[in-house]
Amino acid sequence: MSIGSIPIKFKVRIDPARCMLCERCIENCPYGTYRREGETIVVDSRNCVACHRCVAMCPRDAISIEEKPIDYRSHPLWSREAREAIYNQARTGRIVLAGMGNATDLPNIFDRLLLDACQVTNPSIDPLREPMELRTYLGKKPRKLEIKQGKDGDIELETTLSPNLKLNIPIMIGHMSYGAISLNAQLSMARAVSDLGTFMGTGEGGLHPSLREYQNNMIVQVASGRFGVDIDYLERGAAIEIKIGQGAKPGIGGHLPGEKVGPEVSQTRMIPERSDAISPAPHHDIYSIEDLKQLVHSLKEATEWKKPVFVKIAAVHNVAAIASGIARSSADAVVVDGFRGGTGAAPRVFRDHVGIPIEAAIAAVDQKLRSQGIRNEISVIASGGIRDAADVTKAIALGADAIYIGTAALIAMGCRVCGTCYRGLCPWGIATQDTRLTQRLDPDLEWQHVANLIRGWTLEISELMGAAGINSIESLRGNRDRLRGYMLDEAMMNVLDVKPVGA
Amino acid sequence: MCGIISVIDRSKTGMDGSRIKHALSLMDERGSGEGAGYAAYGIYPDYADYYALHLFFNNLVEPKDKVDEILKTWGEIEYEEEIPTIEQPDLRRTHIPWRYFFKPDCTLMPGSTTPEEDIITMLVMKINTSVQGALVYSSGKNIGVFKASGWPETVADFYQIEQYEGYIWLAHNRYPTNTSGWWGGAHPFNLLDWSVIHNGEITSYGTNRRYIESYGYTCTMFTDTEVVAYLCDLLGRKHGLPEELMVRAFAPPFWDEIDRMKEADCSLNTAIRLTYGSALMNGPFAIVVATADGIVGFTDRIKLRPLVAAEAGDRLYISSEEAAIRRMEPDLDRVWMPKAGEPVIGKVKV
Repeated sequence: MSIGSIPIKFKVRIDPARCMLCERCIENCPYGTYRREGETIVVDSRNCVACHRCVAMCPRDAISIEEKPIDYRSHPLWSREAREAIYNQARTGRIVLAGMGNATDLPNIFDRLLLDACQVTNPSIDPLREPMELRTYLGKKPRKLEIKQGKDGDIELETTLSPNLKLNIPIMIGHMSYGAISLNAQLSMARAVSDLGTFMGTGEGGLHPSLREYQNNMIVQVASGRFGVDIDYLERGAAIEIKIGQGAKPGIGGHLPGEKVGPEVSQTRMIPERSDAISPAPHHDIYSIEDLKQLVHSLKEATEWKKPVFVKIAAVHNVAAIASGIARSSADAVVVDGFRGGTGAAPRVFRDHVGIPIEAAIAAVDQKLRSQGIRNEISVIASGGIRDAADVTKAIALGADAIYIGTAALIAMGCRVCGTCYRGLCPWGIATQDTRLTQRLDPDLEWQHVANLIRGWTLEISELMGAAGINSIESLRGNRDRLRGYMLDEAMMNVLDVKPVGA
Repeated sequence: MCGIISVIDRSKTGMDGSRIKHALSLMDERGSGEGAGYAAYGIYPDYADYYALHLFFNNLVEPKDKVDEILKTWGEIEYEEEIPTIEQPDLRRTHIPWRYFFKPDCTLMPGSTTPEEDIITMLVMKINTSVQGALVYSSGKNIGVFKASGWPETVADFYQIEQYEGYIWLAHNRYPTNTSGWWGGAHPFNLLDWSVIHNGEITSYGTNRRYIESYGYTCTMFTDTEVVAYLCDLLGRKHGLPEELMVRAFAPPFWDEIDRMKEADCSLNTAIRLTYGSALMNGPFAIVVATADGIVGFTDRIKLRPLVAAEAGDRLYISSEEAAIRRMEPDLDRVWMPKAGEPVIGKVKV
């Protein structure tokens, strides 16, 4: 029996009245959707992934793309996605792969949290007239200060502070490795963060020599494959991040297919060309919290205790307990990656079904650390599905010190969230190593788009803080009184420790 | 809006409550007749070694029995009585003010370096959270808070505050917004030695509350001023920061300013902001904090509420309005407006 072909996902149409046969669509589509036959452009809609590259490049707005032009017989349980996954697996007998973040229609908690503003009893603060402080320090802070008062009343500080990362703004760009994304994409983001005075992660792909000029704003990652890790790499980073888990695929490792491992990626990752780069789950030397503590300690020793060490974990049910274990090690920050976090490729079943939302995870982690009196021991960084300045502000009000963005930075460089990263043919030159495609992404231009995005958010956060009568980010952090839950159930509001609207 | 006034006599000469009553009444415009209160230091010389616990009881049956039992478990009640009051036509008596002079049994808190204070703090939290109809609102040695819902002069007459002689006085006239004008919500707020009066609103309340609660304090009075008293106790008593640095933590200089400081100052201020970021208070406020050793007045970092200070001989005054100070002492040596975040400190002479 044959399953036959499944309905096309997108229907591409070219308006012949507008098309001038410039063939830009043909040049731009790496998936082979277009070809020229005589005086017409012929379309093979089945190849389209809706990356919009052709739409963006068409000088005459001649192209239109319709999603799901053919309906299945509607059924509430046997959705299109459920049926198609079955056809796919019936053919292949394999795990279904998917890209980008969680694609299920689960309610978003950020959208059901509303921010506060002051009136009358309490003046709002105008950021154009008054200072607005977003500077954030990440790292261990002492529980209390020890000071000595001299005879002449001079105050001397006896406490030595651990090295902290100084961020001008509490927004960083998360770890996307060279290999998963192109060098041009990394260069654009690196230049943006260094211009803004914040940081980005290298991902588990090593640090390419051309990124060294931005190394003071880069956090180097040590993940289970240990790709690209040597003492030189550790010493170049402003901080080191141990990756234990990822929100898009908690509990499993990663896999960079050999076809993406060209000479440059091979050298940067320190692996043979064309070999698959497999990051196992778990780390082969971490089977308990003490083992993690030893790795943190080793990295600290190797870099002479000069660098903050972060630990990134996926937001899972007992994330708070894990974070409290991490806080008791020498680690300086815990990165909590929520279940909406992006990925180049993950098994669909993990991406859509494993983990918990970042909002609940941050609330639980902050609460647990406070109840144990160890919140100062560690900074908390939230990531996974943060889309705008409001999400950032809400994440901080729930208790995060800073946040990582990922997908948002890629969108700033053109990404259309088509979710086809795993094919390595990204037409925007982001999730690909094909030089014909990567050259489309011009770092001299794109860094400004990334910087503009973060700068715009910074202005919005300043305005939101001013409206809330707050002129320093410390007073927003964990300030859940400034949030209200709208259409959230009582149990959820208890976890978040927020009141309902009107209360 | 609210009006505040405070005075210290640095030579510890006693002042009765009549003048501060007039000064506070002068600022009736700043209140709404729903809350006023006074705190005075040095008023119980005969019981100076005992903690003076002031409580509001809803009745003298169940809540009082429970409180008696808790206190007897944790120490010894030297003396107790209803706080003397005189009925006032425009003051509705909704609680019975009571005072205990209490000595905690230190042997019950082994392992603590400050067992007396820790027992008292624990008892205040315990009674306020677990005994329905009882609220401890004053718990220091040789000090007392007197407050109720009413106009400043009415509350003063109700408690006959001119009968008390103290070397430090704090007074507050309330215009309630956040919480209703109940007795417990009137200022001053007190814990142990610390008393606080506050004009304004603390927009960082949520952050401050989460911070202070992780150190075992419980906010029970539904108002932002309460956390100030607890923060003072944590930073001033438990962490041993001098007043200047405590205020620096609450209303620190801006980073721009810190970056321009000399190295030692820069690292001290950076350390304060890093360590005590969650104790930073935001929003419009003018606050006076008192202990047995003195008073400290300060405002928020951009001075969104008024604060004026004045000196006459050994006496230092801090108030919302100069007119109120002049009501107490027309002949002042010096009057000045402190800068935003800059503390005004008056300490008793040793």
